[in-house]
Amino acid sequence: MIRDLLAKLASVAIMMFARALTAARAIWHETGLPPRQSIYFANHSSHGDFILIWAVLPPWLRERARPVASAEYWLKSKLTSFIGRDVFDAVLIERDPAARTSDPVEQMATALDDGASLIVFPEGTRNQTEAKLLPFKSGLYHLARKRPDVALVPVWINNLNRVMPKGEFVPIPLICTINFGEPLKVEPGESKEDFIARAQGALLSLAPAQTDNDA
Amino acid sequence: MSTTTSDMVTLLLGVGGILLFASSVGYILQRKLSPDGSNGAIENLNARIKAWWAMVFLIAVAFIAGRVGVLLLFAFCSFAALREFITLINTRRADHWAIAAAFFLALPINYYLLWAEEYGIYAIFIPVYAFLLMPIIAVLRGDTQNFLLRISEVQWALMICVFCASHVPALLTLQIPGYEGRNVLLIAFLVIVVQSSDVLQYVWGKLFGRTKIAPKLSPSKTVEGFAGGVASATLLGASLWWITPFTPLQAGLMSFIITMMGFFGGLVMSAIKRDRGVKDWGHLIEGHGGLIDRLDSVVFSAPIFFHLTRYWWSLT
Repeated sequence: MIRDLLAKLASVAIMMFARALTAARAIWHETGLPPRQSIYFANHSSHGDFILIWAVLPPWLRERARPVASAEYWLKSKLTSFIGRDVFDAVLIERDPAARTSDPVEQMATALDDGASLIVFPEGTRNQTEAKLLPFKSGLYHLARKRPDVALVPVWINNLNRVMPKGEFVPIPLICTINFGEPLKVEPGESKEDFIARAQGALLSLAPAQTDNDA
Repeated sequence: MSTTTSDMVTLLLGVGGILLFASSVGYILQRKLSPDGSNGAIENLNARIKAWWAMVFLIAVAFIAGRVGVLLLFAFCSFAALREFITLINTRRADHWAIAAAFFLALPINYYLLWAEEYGIYAIFIPVYAFLLMPIIAVLRGDTQNFLLRISEVQWALMICVFCASHVPALLTLQIPGYEGRNVLLIAFLVIVVQSSDVLQYVWGKLFGRTKIAPKLSPSKTVEGFAGGVASATLLGASLWWITPFTPLQAGLMSFIITMMGFFGGLVMSAIKRDRGVKDWGHLIEGHGGLIDRLDSVVFSAPIFFHLTRYWWSLT
């Protein structure tokens, strides 16, 4: 009971902090808001990525959105596991295939069956390279095959990598925009390679044309 | 009720009356020309008027809250403006600490010094201390690529968004004989003259604008809008002499300088936007764009107004 209340307070505080820092603003696709149940897949450059997506979603979409995150990272300490589990209700997956006890795709499909939306980062890890996007892992394809009726919504998070680059612990305030693309689905008979290429292309097409900020 | 308070109430009633008039005109225009919300210009006009209500409300609350309220309001404006500015400039990872220092040290210290009324150090804190210390913080990272460009841009952002903008609340620190306790009205005077100049230039331009004045910088600005706006805002300023320590003629001259600085400040900030390839600085104020879009003319006129007043009228 108290834990729930604390979690609620923490989620409001985190959201207000994220908004104050980034003035986060969603740019929706011209077809309108994403469907009620969606798999949001986004570029990954910071631990704050899912928080921004979560913060800009309207309340009725936000309340069902669960981030998919690494159990190794979020179960490290009491504080992170409180934030991961209680505040954001993350679907925690084990990344190491050799050591894991449950199948991540199965876990995600179960969460979808419970009515949740998912926020996933198909690059698998935070992008620290000069490339805009790392090659996707295949999990997104397997999940899409398993639950072909759920729309996949590409989401480009702009600028957050400048707010808090890896290795820094003080964030700087910069305006971030979150660009939502047109929902897509896996086609019957579409190969893994084709689907992954299409999903990557859909996400990349949302990135701003000039990124000369690092010039 | 003190004369300052009653003057403030008179001003607020006046501004409220003008906004009420503007809202009615906007409503009628909307009913006649854009009943389905399809006329972009009218929808934008109404969004702007709505935002004006909110801005006037916020300023009024800050004035009622007194010195601390005004300082907090402008500290927030500086923060939001700096955030818009830094978003658009060239930065590299090596600038992280310098930028963090600008936000979390330079900005609060600048406003703290105003609160403490330490004018001597306030006046040189950003132009001297921050100017020299920020490149030192940046250089420690050892990244030389575009170094001069990067440090210059952060420096400029800090000067414009924090140092110059903070000259509005700095007006509270002036000590003008016979004007004790009324300094907040100087802020009201400056803000009313600058913003009415912007609005009147917009209105004159929409009604009579034919000749573009700076097509490369700001395609919507016209000679007719400029001349009409500056002239009418100068007259308005002169007619507000009773809230200032100035004579009507002095108030008119001050208003003329304020409006000219505001106009050219707007052009400078437009040039930066063109260079960066954006139309607005941000999206903070519905209909207006970013905070800097609304603040650009204030930022350029406030320090000059402050120093002219300080030089000729203030004891400090």
